[in-house]
Amino acid sequence: MNGIKAYINRNMRQYGMILALVVIIIFFGIITGGKLIWPRNLSMLVRQNAYVLILAIGMMLCILTGGNIDLSVGSLVALVSAMSGLMATTLGMPAWLAIIISIMTGLLAGMWQGFWIAFVKVPPFITTLAGMLVFRGLNNIILNGKTLPLSGLYITIGTGSVPDIAPNTVTDFLRIGDLLQLQNKPDFLNVTMLVVGLALSVIYVLFTIFNRKSKQLRGYEVASLGSVIGKAAAFFIVINVFAYWLAMDEGLPIMLILLAALYAIYTFIATKTIPGRHLYAMGGNIKAAELSGVNTRKMMFLVYSNMGLLAGVAAVVTAGRMMAASPNVGLNFELDAIGACFIGGASAYGGIGTIWGAVVGAFIMGVMNNGMSMIGFDVFLQSVAKGLVVLLAVAFDMYSKSKSRLS
Amino acid sequence: MSEYILEMENITKEFPGVTALSNVTFKVKKGEIHALVGENGAGKSTLMNVLSGIYPHGSYTGDIIFMGTECRFRNIRDSEAAGIAIIHQELALSPYMTIAENIFLGNERSKHGVINWDETNKEAIGLMKKVGLNEKYTAQIKNIGVGKQQLVEIAKALSKNCELLILDEPTAALNDEDSNHLLELLQTLNKEHGMTCILISHKIHEVIKIAHSITVLRDGKTIETLDNTEHVSEGRIIKGMVGRELTDRFPKHSAKIGDIGFEIKNWVVHDPLNEEKVVINNVSMYFRKGEIVGLAGLMGAGRTELAMSVFGRAYGKRISGTLIKEGREITLHNISQAIANGIAYVTEDRKTAGLVHIQDIKKNITLANLKAITRGFVVNEDEEIVVGKDYRERLNIKSSSVFQKAGNLSGGNQQKVVLSKWIFAAPEVLILDEPTRGIDVGAKYEIYKIIIQLAEAGKCVIMISSELPEILGITDRLYIINEGRVVGEMNTSEATQEDIMTTIIRSSAGR
Repeated sequence: MNGIKAYINRNMRQYGMILALVVIIIFFGIITGGKLIWPRNLSMLVRQNAYVLILAIGMMLCILTGGNIDLSVGSLVALVSAMSGLMATTLGMPAWLAIIISIMTGLLAGMWQGFWIAFVKVPPFITTLAGMLVFRGLNNIILNGKTLPLSGLYITIGTGSVPDIAPNTVTDFLRIGDLLQLQNKPDFLNVTMLVVGLALSVIYVLFTIFNRKSKQLRGYEVASLGSVIGKAAAFFIVINVFAYWLAMDEGLPIMLILLAALYAIYTFIATKTIPGRHLYAMGGNIKAAELSGVNTRKMMFLVYSNMGLLAGVAAVVTAGRMMAASPNVGLNFELDAIGACFIGGASAYGGIGTIWGAVVGAFIMGVMNNGMSMIGFDVFLQSVAKGLVVLLAVAFDMYSKSKSRLS
Repeated sequence: MSEYILEMENITKEFPGVTALSNVTFKVKKGEIHALVGENGAGKSTLMNVLSGIYPHGSYTGDIIFMGTECRFRNIRDSEAAGIAIIHQELALSPYMTIAENIFLGNERSKHGVINWDETNKEAIGLMKKVGLNEKYTAQIKNIGVGKQQLVEIAKALSKNCELLILDEPTAALNDEDSNHLLELLQTLNKEHGMTCILISHKIHEVIKIAHSITVLRDGKTIETLDNTEHVSEGRIIKGMVGRELTDRFPKHSAKIGDIGFEIKNWVVHDPLNEEKVVINNVSMYFRKGEIVGLAGLMGAGRTELAMSVFGRAYGKRISGTLIKEGREITLHNISQAIANGIAYVTEDRKTAGLVHIQDIKKNITLANLKAITRGFVVNEDEEIVVGKDYRERLNIKSSSVFQKAGNLSGGNQQKVVLSKWIFAAPEVLILDEPTRGIDVGAKYEIYKIIIQLAEAGKCVIMISSELPEILGITDRLYIINEGRVVGEMNTSEATQEDIMTTIIRSSAGR
């Protein structure tokens, strides 16, 4: 029993965040008369806010190094979009090649910034402020102030979904459509989505059980059976409900696969690899990390290069969704990403924060963006609300921390 | 009014799961120097935090009576206003401001919100004279030594017209000369100005030298208050602190000394900020397996610089010379190469460079050798827990579990975590820089035992220490370093404190 309590205490922050997300979803769900959670809106929400999630993952790594942020990502998204327009439309390259070149442009820009930060020791704030101006300017030079249309693979990534393997076979057997009083009730469910959801959740459950067994065999400490079953069951239910929801509409958005893959890869890097561990250590105490053999310069270079890479991915995704490369794309993207990280529990001093937190933070941002648009808040009011939420989230963190220290 | 300036009665302070203070009674007479001693974690700092209002009234139980009135401080400002000034171990000075500015920081001499600089400077000069600080009042804090910074802190406290001055480990970071100067100053302030002082110190000999009374805390309880007018014995105080007689301050060991394992030859290091300045001048040394070699010397002699420059050039510019390990020359360009070559350096600066405070014990232990628990690309966190538990048990790290944050441990236990980290890195050469600084007597003994075990396991152990009794107590051989050079080498069995000091002084005079 004590073990469970200690476990919950250690992971308090994560549960708090999820709770906040659920509360916000319920709040906007009620205010919009249930429209927020309509299947159609759910897939739109994912697509509209994919950029926040992708950028927040990269930003989280920057913040972990010691509270450093990257102000240039919005402008970098603009630059990479412009490159896409230039390659795919003006020069007429095949979309796949344009996409690769675009993402490489992002990586190069990230390496450029990483170089100044890691090896010349220009503070990240200044370097990326400069980048913010440079990249935005380059976008306008390339596009000459014009908007270029994009097509093909871009649009598939931005708006497409995985084809149904067995269309018109499974009906809405739970009658959720009636229950929610949807405008366009589905006659049939998307089987691909259902299968993927079921497969994922079964694999997860099997993996959890297998992993626990193998740990026990090797004599490691394992969590109590009850908590493992509880966690696996919760995951199973959440995934399948989510899958069912999306299956009622268009099925599995390609964007969602990309997001899930990024989440999995970066969680693995951050928690299970040596560079990930070095990142947390240097954020906690850079001197101690250096004296323990952590190459902090290399880490800074890698983290900012990676941020460029992810900005490139975010740019392709955004350009695809908007079906165009435009001069104004990416405005304030950096602020959404930074906000998501801090809502998601990142420490402003570094060393604390998780990829999971960035994702939840991004979803909180996304639900707020989407929900407020639906009830007709104008953008300026939305901006006010988002700003206050970031402030309150961090203030709450500080408050609970100071309380736990004093009491 | 009673003879006591301060009476703290039945103070109980609880943290979640721990009772830090239980029914502590602590009384200080007016005009005395009262020492507060106890092991790390005994509750000294907690008691002072209660007194100074860091833990506000209501968060503890019990009464505080200061100068005849009951006090309910809500914060530090309240206690300062009542006349209590506390000087913490970590100095609270602003490095880029001048001495005068620092003295009156937060207590500016001003009229209608405008600072009166003439008044400030005049008073600063007066206060500096009072504390014997021989510097210009316009000097920046970053440019004066730690000893002098400590004096600035005292001047700052005096500027607030304090009645009771609390000093928390004031001499921990000072060399012998500065320490003596500071202690004399306290005695002068006490005799001539009737200043009442509470002195928290691990250095028992200092306490015996200057305190009138000594209160011993152990495990959050008052054990006893001793009258020190007759100078009680060190053993007597230690007995109260650890609850048993500590007959030997140093564990016995019989060295099984083997072949030479590590050599430094013609080592020259220049100052990183001023590349013309030689910091380490042509140093050559050898270290044998199973041998504990001490590096004795005054603060600033260059011992830390030597150690860090050897440790993958963590310090210095234009480094030349050779390092020979197991008869083979090695070149170390960075710290990871040093670690890979089996060299470990335990920093003297445990707080700021030794630990990642926000991470738990196990993660701190594995940090320097994550490779050992990594298969392919994957860090095995279960293996990490096993490793953490193993070291927690072997080194007796007092903690709730390996998941406890390193920052929440007491000094001695933090040091054990740092040592665990480097033992886990499996080095053959282990450089320990002031490994027992700021650690209480009981924990010191345990650290010595660990060091001896390492030597007995056949490692080359190099120990830098400013405490000569410690060097004489546990090393087998020692080098004396002064002004960046080796000025003497002795077998410890043949050396005395006088020998070492004489060698240092002669070498300085001879230049």
